[in-house]
Amino acid sequence: MIYLKLFLTFLKIGLFTFGGGYGMISLIREECLSNCWLTESELLNFIAVAESTPGPIAVNMATFVGSAQGGFAGALVATAGVVLPSFVIILAIAAALKNILKFGGVKAALEGVRPAIVGLITATAVVMLLGTVFGIEKADGVFAFDYKSLIVLAVLALVFALYKRIRKKNISPVLLIILSGILGVILF
Amino acid sequence: MLKIGLFTFGGGYAMIALLENEFVVKKKWLDSEEFMDMVAISESTPGPIAVNAATYIGYKTGKVFGSVVSTLGVCIPSFVIIYLISLFFNRFLEIEWVGKAFKGIQACVIFLILSAGIKMFVKLPKTPFNIILLSATVCCTVLFSLFAVDFSSVFYILISAVLGVAVYLVRFLSVKNKERDGKKKK
Repeated sequence: MIYLKLFLTFLKIGLFTFGGGYGMISLIREECLSNCWLTESELLNFIAVAESTPGPIAVNMATFVGSAQGGFAGALVATAGVVLPSFVIILAIAAALKNILKFGGVKAALEGVRPAIVGLITATAVVMLLGTVFGIEKADGVFAFDYKSLIVLAVLALVFALYKRIRKKNISPVLLIILSGILGVILF
Repeated sequence: MLKIGLFTFGGGYAMIALLENEFVVKKKWLDSEEFMDMVAISESTPGPIAVNAATYIGYKTGKVFGSVVSTLGVCIPSFVIIYLISLFFNRFLEIEWVGKAFKGIQACVIFLILSAGIKMFVKLPKTPFNIILLSATVCCTVLFSLFAVDFSSVFYILISAVLGVAVYLVRFLSVKNKERDGKKKK
């Protein structure tokens, strides 16, 4: 039952996603790759689309994966799955448990989760970097270095740093995506 | 709420300023203290921030029905847009220059994720607990993935939550012990 599987998978993703946006990337990547729903490069393509279209990234990802796997109904159940845990938790907090976040134990658990989330995001980026740019997916795998991707990364890092220096704020991700698209057309 | 869903590019944090303008300044559905509470709750509970915020504001203004309506409102625009894109996306990628552009964009996405991780790291209080947990998570995830060990991210989150509570309890108990010792000395 693909619909049930989509619903339960995204329910899990919705339940364990803290801190918005990128917090969920590692879990989404894991689930999509292990279920063969997306390949690494499809996933990267799609994160770019989710980032440059309106709406929360989590909802965008759920809709896309659901639609690819189970058509319209698939998109619907996956989106419902990813939204439901937040909805129920927030409703409970807003309605009855207003002070639950002030309770020491709950606070301690949420504080404990934060470094793990930051670690997961960073690690996911490192794994993707190793896989896509350096061609290392397994420790014993072949080494296929992709210097063009490295050039794109270097240019992006440079632009990012310069923009921050000059304008004193972070460059918008959408601009970076457009820039890298142009670089891609020129280089590949 | 539909409008909010339509105009929040790039996820959660982008919409907070927009929400504040809409609900605190214009509609006066919330005062700014309530608004700050809402942001704190949305950030610390699981799930996308936009959805959390929508549910919370919806409940405050229209109880359960309000929260259902506003959550739907925030999801529908993304849902429709992405569903339409998903129908054409693969064909779109077959165009030669689009495919090339996306090869560049893939590198960009890795860069964005990495910089998001670094940005969160900078904000994270540098306590020994945080540093140890963070480096352990990074090392384990990278190594496990290289050696194809199956270990879900969910476990990292659960383990770190348990550790957080454990550290809290130890501290709590040691403070109590100290108080008791202090009393004995008197």
